[in-house]
Order: sequence, then structure tokens, then C-alpha cells
Amino acid sequence: MNYSVVKAAGYVLVHAPDMIIHNGTTQTTERILNPDSEYLKNIKEHIRTYEEAVNYLPNQVYIGNHKPSELKEYQQPWYDKDIEDAKRQGKYGEIMPQDEFIGLIKIVDVFDLVKLTKEFTKEVKEKLEAHPLIKEDLISRLKEGEEIDTIENLVSNQGAEGIYNDGKLVGCVKKAHDVDENLNAHVLYENLVSKASGVLSALNLLAKNDINPEDIDYVIECSEEACGDMNQRGGGNFAKAIAEFAGLTNATGSDTRGFCAAPSHAMVVAASLVQAGTFKNVLVVAGGSTAKLGMNGKDHVKKGMPILEDVIGGFGLLISANDGVNPVLRTDIVGRHTVGTGSSPQAVITSLVTEPLDKNGLKIIDIDKYSVEMQNPDVTKPAGAGDVPNANYKMIAALGVKRGELERTQLNDFIQKHGMEGWAPTQGHIPSGVPYVGFGREEILEGKINRAMIVGKGSLFLGRMTNLFDGISIVMEKNPGKVDEEKGVSEEEVRNLVAEAMRDFATHLLGN
Amino acid sequence: MENQKRVKEIVEKHGAENVIVLIGGAEAEAAGLAAETVTAGDPTFAGPLAGVPLGLRVYHAVEPEFKNNVDSQVYEDQIGMMEMVLDVDEIIEEVSGIRKEYGKFND
Repeated sequence: MNYSVVKAAGYVLVHAPDMIIHNGTTQTTERILNPDSEYLKNIKEHIRTYEEAVNYLPNQVYIGNHKPSELKEYQQPWYDKDIEDAKRQGKYGEIMPQDEFIGLIKIVDVFDLVKLTKEFTKEVKEKLEAHPLIKEDLISRLKEGEEIDTIENLVSNQGAEGIYNDGKLVGCVKKAHDVDENLNAHVLYENLVSKASGVLSALNLLAKNDINPEDIDYVIECSEEACGDMNQRGGGNFAKAIAEFAGLTNATGSDTRGFCAAPSHAMVVAASLVQAGTFKNVLVVAGGSTAKLGMNGKDHVKKGMPILEDVIGGFGLLISANDGVNPVLRTDIVGRHTVGTGSSPQAVITSLVTEPLDKNGLKIIDIDKYSVEMQNPDVTKPAGAGDVPNANYKMIAALGVKRGELERTQLNDFIQKHGMEGWAPTQGHIPSGVPYVGFGREEILEGKINRAMIVGKGSLFLGRMTNLFDGISIVMEKNPGKVDEEKGVSEEEVRNLVAEAMRDFATHLLGN
Repeated sequence: MENQKRVKEIVEKHGAENVIVLIGGAEAEAAGLAAETVTAGDPTFAGPLAGVPLGLRVYHAVEPEFKNNVDSQVYEDQIGMMEMVLDVDEIIEEVSGIRKEYGKFND
């Protein structure tokens, strides 16, 4: 089979301190239920500066400046440890400060819904002019800005959602309809944040991997937001909206949803589209969410910690036709949680991990690295949710023991060897399987590993349409280096086909 | 919150003595919190069971009281793997402790 390959990866973060307070649902809910709570009074003291967010090991890993394997060299928690050489720019992307990102939200708004003050516009224009990827055509979209009185009036009397920076009102997102809740300012704010961070991910992926934007044929967007109006609430196509601003003039696209599992679903779809020959280059992309900022903030504050959920995440993956070099996506080693699978952890892990391996005569230990739900334990442990990747590795190892592929005493060794510490922000779809794809690609190219399994899982019941759980997995593997473009089959496959035909023939003779 | 409401409604309909709560939380602390909610009342005072000490019979799926009462093959297929993963002793200590302290149906 002529598999597709993972050609490039991009990962970005946006530090969003004011958005934690004004847009994170834990905080907005608290403001409605307990407006005078101690939590809201003290929250500002627990918010990190941009420099602190940059100087944070998991964030430096996310953008590619440190490797996941380095995480275990530092004792947890990580938030109180300094990192040498922490940088804004990384091999895979960058950590953008909030003011520049607010500028980017304005830039990607094509309906003049985002209004920024004149003063803020001037400041942010200067900063964005120094940004290597935000070119003049984008910067000109910032325009001149509005008087602060106009913005205050829109927020106080016209249902606009305020945009804050350093505790000050610097702009707003207007509502786009008088009665349609799907076009109110809150929904549009979330969607524009998702779009802007998706655009930033795509721009970083293209620039840092030297990809020509015009080569992209198709985009699959896989965030957790929905855009549309009252007649088609999830009408969609964030994909095309992002493609427009990333300069992908030859691409169209569509959105794939599936809660946290969506990126893995998108990878499987992209790999299949490329392998089928429908498209040569498919970009899988997603921006992040403001709603999840400070989601576990109460627990962090209670424990005297900074609020660590202060970044919006984004990523992009380029799936391309086989070049004989980059790691292939094995569409024949795909695990699925089906309707009939059941919901016990054992059934889930079996369906996602061992069933596809069994079909291909592989064992659990034949996968060098498992990329599961790679949430940063610094965030989840103080909130009582434990170490999520570690729990996943324990389950895979325990299943290995039950199947007789591992000794019980090898449980911890397995986790050390085939697992990783988590580093991704808790942005739903962002930590699910995909954070390792960039590193995995590199480690396979360097010959350090041969195979990685990317596992995405999703909690569908949150949408109240089904109580079912969901998940999908795919294996990324070292490229054997042989490409037969004309016939679309490798030499090895031809040998197998001939051998099969000979066997059939022999059986036939014996039968007669 | 929604679960607390459902527990309250079920108890009102069938009577506290006829209800058993089976929990599956992966951490002793979280499992203990759930157990406390359906016995002593919601300790966070946020949901419908705040100040409502139902004292229900509550067990975690890894406790022997449950394990010994179900088909061992089904248990092995559904929970066997998780038994290896979870800190079973800690969970049992936490949940059984709360049951003894706040349960009204110590049988």
C-alpha cells in the first residue's frame, strides 16, 4: 500500500491572562453564582506573566524547544522550576503574548465585528510589524481603531463582549444579530479566538517547515467550536476560513468534530484522502478555546499555585503523498471504539490498542511510543484528576499483563520505555494524541524509534446526544523508503501478491 | 450536580433502604467525595444533597462486597485490568471508612 506520510507539524500557544478572568467558564460561572467570592477577589494574584508562561518547561516542550523525554529529568511540579534558554520561538511554533493575539483576532475578522481602541491598535501594530509571519497585508487589516467611548457604549448598551488587556478594556466583539444566540458576541468571540489560533498554527507550520502554501489541497479543521447561525448552528467550515488567512489559495476544506478525539479522526481521514490519491497535501489544523482557560483555577488557587491553564493551544499537521522519507501513517493499523465496544476501560483500551495490533500480528511492546491523552500533570494532579498520561500507560501495560505479553513486574519498565510525561495544555482536543506527532516524526526520522501509536479519545456524552464514549487510533511508522508512484504498490506487496497466488495455485493442485 | 439530583429523586421514589450506590472513581479522594455526598451530604455544599444526609449503602466497584457478588468472569473482563491499575487498598479504605461513619444501613 502506498501510505501517506506526516510531512510537517506546527504547535502554538497563546498566553491569555485577561481571557482567563473574562472568558474562562469556571470564572464566568463563579461571577454569576458567587460574585463576591474570595476566589474572584484573589484570582489576579495567581495569574502568571507572559515571561513566566514562556519560562515553563511544558510550554517549551509544546513548541518544540525541549523534548518530551527531558520532562522526567525535572522533578514535578514544574511550575516553580526555571528553564534555561526559554524562548518565544520554537522549532514547531511560538508562544504569542495576549496583546498581539488580540490584534490577530481583529485581523482575521472579516465582518468588522472586532473593534479595538486607537491607542491599543497603535501599540499592537508596532509589535506585529516585528512579527516574522504577520505580513503587511494582514497588518493593514488592523486599521486605525475606535474611540474608547464607542467601545464602552457597545459593551454597556449593545451586547458586545469586552476584550481586555492588562486589566483594561481595549476593545470588543460586537454581536452579529439582534436575536440569534448563535451570533451573539460571546459565541463570536470564542469562534474568532479559535480561528485566529488556528491561523497562527497554520502560519507557523508553513514557515517553519518551508512549505509552499499553494501546495495545500485540502484542510480539515478539528477544534471543539461550532460556527453557524440559528438555521444551521454548526454550519461550519472553520477550515476554509483558516485556509483563507493562511494563504492556502488552492485549498478548500471541511470541519471534523468528535470532542477530544477529533484530531485523531482528522488524521485518519487525511491519511485516507492522501492514500486514495484524492489529494496530495492535506492540512489538519485546530485552534484553541477560551472557555477552558482556568478550568481548574479554583483548585490551583486553593493550593497556592499559579493558574496554569493560562494558554490557548493550537496545532497543525501536514499529511502528504509518500515521499519515501517521512514516516508513513498505517491506515491498516487503525483502532476504533465502536458502538458495540462498551465503556469499561478494558474494552476501550482493547479496541484502540490491541485489536488493531492483533490484526497485524503485532504485540503491545512492538509500539515504541504511545501518544495518548498528553495532559500536563502539573495542571491535573492538584485538581484531583491524577496524572492522565500515566493512567493511560498503566492501563495499556495492565492489558499487556492480562494478555501475557508482559510480566507484572515489568509494568513500570513498560511505562518508562513506551510512555512519556504529559506536557500539553488542558484544551480538550489539543492534548489528545497529536502533541507527540511532531516529535514522533522526528524521532522516527532520526532512527530512534520505529513505530508510534497516536490514540485519541472523546467524551461524547458531554453533548447529551449519546452516552457513548469514543476513540480512534493510528500507527505512524518508519518509511521503508520505497515508493512506486505509477502502480501505487511497493515491491514487498508485489512479492506478497505473487506468493499468495502461488499458494492458491498449489492448493488448487492439491485439491484436484 | 445533575447526578445529585438524580440520586435524590431515586431515593424519594424508592426509599433510602432500597437504594445502593455503586461508584467507579479512579482516585481514592474522588471516590471518597462521591461516597460522602450520598451518605453525609454534599461536602462542598453546592448541590441538591447539601445538608441532606441520606446514609445510603455505597460501594466502590473494586470492594470485595461487590466483587464477591458478581460473576467472576464478567468481573475479570470488565474490571480485571483496572484492578491492576488502581490503588485498590487506598480506595477500599476511603470508601469503606465513609460508609462505616455515615452509612445508616450497616448490614
